[in-house]
Amino acid sequence: MSKQTNPPIVLEAKGITKRFPGVLANDSVDLQLHKGEILAFLGENGAGKSTLMNMLYGLYRPNEGEIWIKGEKVEMSNPRDAIDRGVGMVHQHFQLVPVMTVAENVMLGSEITRGGGVLSRRKAEERVRELSHQYGLDVDPTAVVEDLPVGMQQRVEIIKALYRDADILILDEPTAVLTPQEANELFRIMHDLTDEGVSIIFITHKLKEVLNVADTVGVLRRGKIVGSAKPAESTQESLAELMVGRAVLLRVDKEKADAGAVVLKVEGLQAFDDRKQLILRGADFEVRAGEIVGIAGVQGNGQRELVEVLTGLRTAVNGRVWIEGQEVTHFSPRKITELGVAHIPEDREKHGLVMPYSLADNMVLNDYYQKPYATGIIMHQDAIDAHGEQLIEKYDVRTPSVKTPASSLSGGNKQKVIVAREFSRPTKLLIAAQPTRGIDVGSIEFIHTQIVAQRDAGAAVLLISAELDEVLSLADRVAVMFDGRIVKILPIAEATRERVGLLMAGSEDA
Amino acid sequence: MATKKKKDSSEGMSIGRVWRAVSIPLVSVLLALLIGAILLLISGASPMEAYQALFKGSFGSMKAFGRTLEKSTPLILGGLAVAFAFKAGLFNIGGQGQLLVGAITAAYIGFAVTGLPLIIHLPLALFAGSLAGALYAAISGALKTYTGAHEVITTIMLNYIAINLTDYFANGPWKDEGIIARTPAVLETAVIPAWGFVPIGFFIAVLMAFVTWYLLERTTWGYEIKTTGLNAFAAQYAGIKVPLIIIMTMGFSGFLAGMGGAIETLGVVGRYQPGFNAGLGFDGITIALLAKTHPLGVIPAAILVGAMQAGSSQMQFDADVPFQIIDVIQALMLFFVSADVIVRWLLGRRGEDGDKVSLGTGWG
Ligand SMILES: Nc1ncnc2c1ncn2[C@@H]1O[C@H](COP(=O)(O)OP(=O)(O)OP(=O)(O)O)[C@@H](O)[C@H]1O
Ligand SMILES: [Mg+2]
Repeated sequence: MSKQTNPPIVLEAKGITKRFPGVLANDSVDLQLHKGEILAFLGENGAGKSTLMNMLYGLYRPNEGEIWIKGEKVEMSNPRDAIDRGVGMVHQHFQLVPVMTVAENVMLGSEITRGGGVLSRRKAEERVRELSHQYGLDVDPTAVVEDLPVGMQQRVEIIKALYRDADILILDEPTAVLTPQEANELFRIMHDLTDEGVSIIFITHKLKEVLNVADTVGVLRRGKIVGSAKPAESTQESLAELMVGRAVLLRVDKEKADAGAVVLKVEGLQAFDDRKQLILRGADFEVRAGEIVGIAGVQGNGQRELVEVLTGLRTAVNGRVWIEGQEVTHFSPRKITELGVAHIPEDREKHGLVMPYSLADNMVLNDYYQKPYATGIIMHQDAIDAHGEQLIEKYDVRTPSVKTPASSLSGGNKQKVIVAREFSRPTKLLIAAQPTRGIDVGSIEFIHTQIVAQRDAGAAVLLISAELDEVLSLADRVAVMFDGRIVKILPIAEATRERVGLLMAGSEDA
Repeated sequence: MATKKKKDSSEGMSIGRVWRAVSIPLVSVLLALLIGAILLLISGASPMEAYQALFKGSFGSMKAFGRTLEKSTPLILGGLAVAFAFKAGLFNIGGQGQLLVGAITAAYIGFAVTGLPLIIHLPLALFAGSLAGALYAAISGALKTYTGAHEVITTIMLNYIAINLTDYFANGPWKDEGIIARTPAVLETAVIPAWGFVPIGFFIAVLMAFVTWYLLERTTWGYEIKTTGLNAFAAQYAGIKVPLIIIMTMGFSGFLAGMGGAIETLGVVGRYQPGFNAGLGFDGITIALLAKTHPLGVIPAAILVGAMQAGSSQMQFDADVPFQIIDVIQALMLFFVSADVIVRWLLGRRGEDGDKVSLGTGWG
């Protein structure tokens, strides 16, 4: 994409330093964002990307340094100050009220009123429709937010910012929860926005996305800017190396699977989703010891419910499940865990972590009642902490200590805590849902190696991932899920991108 | 980089953390007293004189001090009941009802069971009262798990049922001879003795605070309760039986409140009589919030409220100030600890990092 000559700088950070107890999150960071530009930020988990963005949005105050917006030095004490200057931010966990409509959500906090303080919903709806049309967002202002898919909810967040006249948008890992199709739509929207003069800062761990959409790339490592690059002159490998400081293996190295006895067997499994719609409509498959079965499918085709039924978090309305020949269809989560099942849940904030708990306490979430963490009902904090120390070391979780609450970890490090915990128990069956969501490339490499190691040690692995690349590079067999059923199971050699893509879209297999 | 700093950050935590935890309640209390003083001034009384009398009436002599401890005793237990339930994310507003049920049960065992030595009779009466409170609260827990009825509603409704139920017993089957609706006095073998001016019941309550703290912080049960309260989905994922935890937590919360009623009956009043200790269950909420729901914090919070109640008549007597001013101050304390934003702002704590709740609500 050709750029106009020297567009003005709209946002500038000079020598920003931010300290948290025990952590130097940003170390004299400089940043310049030009008008109409997409500036991507890369960096390892815990490098300080979100912290930097939060400061630009007025959520945190820097300890040192200056922030300039549109040629003016600013001191922001809360997001309102940022919003007033045209800065909008979309957090990944959306700050929307699920039961309200799009328009109501958008107007929340900056309501348009008619005389006498009566809300003018009609005006808000009109404005939303206008914005939606202008940027091709395709959002219905009267839809109720909880009925919208994730990608749409994200657009509501973007509209919220635009509604407040934002012309600088900060998107913190917007694609982490999107399907590839939704992500492509988002990129199109981002380009429409920059064409209209909006400037965007965009954070991601997916190098391919950076190469495709960014105009400039900045790389943070341990709080410092370690370099910047032009996508045109970069490759995934060069970016990864800049980020991590060493060459990263972007492909998974593994031997051919040596599959053994059936560990997980699923027959005719049916389940409702949260809205009591039959979403899992009869899944049949099995996973053998020593193999990785990857489930490919567009999100929302019953994968989540399948995992929840398998792990005892949701009740099956029909069908049966066996683990090592024992029927476990209506077993409790505890019993299933005790059979040697490890589960990396899809939603780490909801199921995976207790935010105010320390890392150490989070790392015994499934076996806190067992030796050596407890005898009888008495817990042994020393053993729990020691276990935590060990995992932090092994999984390179970036934290000041095991006593740090999970809430103050960076997103990717939270994920690492869960992965570490679930990999640290003897496992017969590993159910991993989106195991590398929000994780940097260096750590993905490590987690992938660990998954393969589990397989090679004889565990059956069921991998569910929205990343087709991840499924195709890890799985020994690919099970394609569509409309609540496993429509086809392919050995990896026959699972070409095209074929799997067609099956995912619901077309009959040739 | 990360691991090196481990020492100082945890060291800095202990003092900083205690101050952080204590500063808001402390400032809230001071603010409440200050506004109380202004109100006293406006109404033409001398705040100095009033507060001096308040102090004299609560800590001025051994006898006053004993009375403060006596008043604090059910307050500690009532505060603990609220604080404990809160850890599981439950709001037990039913302390009053559980206390009444505990009180009348303890009274019944105290007067009706005869021929036991003190060493058996007293603990039995105390335990029976506590257990009655536990079962009574467990009803709300069960209603919540099996019907989804919110515990705030059911505990409040059960409060009214308890009032009528205890009235019925005190005026019916368990009525003492004479015209007054009350039970007979408990037998000597069921009376909690005093140690000089110091009521033994106070120590039982303090002991229960430590027991509660231990349960919460050092046992698997506490881990399950806190996990349920902080993230019920994660609790389910962890294999914790959330419904059971809810019922058990309500039960233990009621156990504490019931014990408060039992101690009051066996150690102070000596029998059950209706109208006794109205409002005590609600003071528990103030105290739990003042303690920031920390079981050990409940002890000083309860002593503070107990002292104000103990000293209020002295204040009325010496400074000619209506004792209701105490209620006003108490309400102000509750207001400031609940609306801690105000206090935070006064302390200049806004936007400080340590207080920042998790903003990292994203994948980022
Ligand atoms: N509120 C907080 N309190 C204490 N420490 C924090 C807080 N927020 C972030 N940190 C620490 O600051 C560092 C940078 O975190 P940040 O969230 O900015 O990382 P990030 O680059 O966004 O990582 P990720 O890719 O995992 O999202 C981390 O070590 C983190 O533990
Ligand atoms: Mg981040």
